[in-house]
Amino acid sequence: MKSLSDKALERLRAGTEEPDLAGTRYRLLERVARGGMGVVYAAEDEKLERRIALKVLDVPGTDSDLANRLMREARVLARLEHPGIVPVHDVGTLADGRVFYTMKFVEGQRLDKFIETVDSVQDRLRVFSRICDAVAFAHARGVLHRDLKPANIMVGPFGEVLVMDWGLAKILRGESPESAPAGDPDATIYEKPKQPSEGNGDTKSSVITGHGTVMGTPGYMSPEQARGEVELLDARSDIFSLGALLRFILTQRMPSGLAPRLDRSLEAICAKACAEQRGSRYSAVQDFGLDISRYLDGQAVGALRESIFDKAGRFYRRYRFFILLILAYLAMRVILVLFLKR
Amino acid sequence: MNKILIGLLLGTLLGAIDGGTAWFTPAVRERIAFIIVGSSTKGLIAGVAAGIFARKVNSVPLGILFGLAVGFVLAFLVAYMQHGYYLEVILPGSIVGMIVGFATQRFGTPSTSAAPAR
Repeated sequence: MKSLSDKALERLRAGTEEPDLAGTRYRLLERVARGGMGVVYAAEDEKLERRIALKVLDVPGTDSDLANRLMREARVLARLEHPGIVPVHDVGTLADGRVFYTMKFVEGQRLDKFIETVDSVQDRLRVFSRICDAVAFAHARGVLHRDLKPANIMVGPFGEVLVMDWGLAKILRGESPESAPAGDPDATIYEKPKQPSEGNGDTKSSVITGHGTVMGTPGYMSPEQARGEVELLDARSDIFSLGALLRFILTQRMPSGLAPRLDRSLEAICAKACAEQRGSRYSAVQDFGLDISRYLDGQAVGALRESIFDKAGRFYRRYRFFILLILAYLAMRVILVLFLKR
Repeated sequence: MNKILIGLLLGTLLGAIDGGTAWFTPAVRERIAFIIVGSSTKGLIAGVAAGIFARKVNSVPLGILFGLAVGFVLAFLVAYMQHGYYLEVILPGSIVGMIVGFATQRFGTPSTSAAPAR
């Protein structure tokens, strides 16, 4: 008997995985990525004639944990209407029994790829500020992301920044009783089954332990999240991840790797965001974002107690043009005086 | 910082430096304070004029040209009133005008006035 090649087996596997979109308004185009709970496809909404992204669960059934979690992810996205958060369009069950939801198809680059094309620290920080805006909005709506990392941020062709993959999100408050599985003490913890991650090539994939003990991504998750202290998780946990993300954006190195030294103010901002003790971190993403804005404006950042040399250096950087202009004028004036005295 | 304020501050500062160099001319050294105040005022006027111009016209070459012209005219008037030191007064005065003309074009927030929407 002739055995099938790996390629043929892969094609067969993809064929059986393909969702049955019969009876829906969507037409399958191509497979885009595999997420934590299922597969993301590009599809066409035939009624509106637009491209959308369709996330389908791996397994059929509407009452499984995974199905509930996919539905919860869709509901989390639905309550987060913000330009920095990918909008959900539709949710339902396919003919093959698998739960799905559709969302905006984001064309662009993943943050880690995008950052390679941006040389200016200022431009990188502006991108980071937009990530902070989206996360701050989610926190204001009582939602923690819990898996912020470069692979989960997309930058669109017009510079729009979108925070993706809210599959590990935790709802802090305002959660309706019917949306939380009854009797489940870990209702706010999402398991993220280990998959060969297509979309997470550069970063280590999310760590999974036993049922309901999901953590996040090594290097990006806070110490309390890594210890599984779910009851302690709050905005400061995402702030830790944002700090690690900021360090990555500035150095293009994984948080655990050796990174080049940053400017003292930026180093202080990263250190404060990634403090081991959550009480030492920024208390809100807005404060974090404010420090970034202050840095961009050449002002003193709250995370660093400046010495007189730091202040002088910052003054020079802020008014470099005028200082150099005045010095050039002085030099010219000295030359003129010497010339006229001859 | 708006363009007029940048012009005012930079013009005054460069004007003061400009006046201070009179110390190197022994014949006028005893009048140094008067010269510094006068030169600062000249720089201030040139800076404010360049700032106002920069809010109306967005062009670096025209800004430099305008600053040069204002600096030249003001410095010429000062030299004319002193009946001498034309080169020593007009040359640096014109350069101060050029610098503030350039700086006000490149930096500072532009005018926010816009035609009202109908």
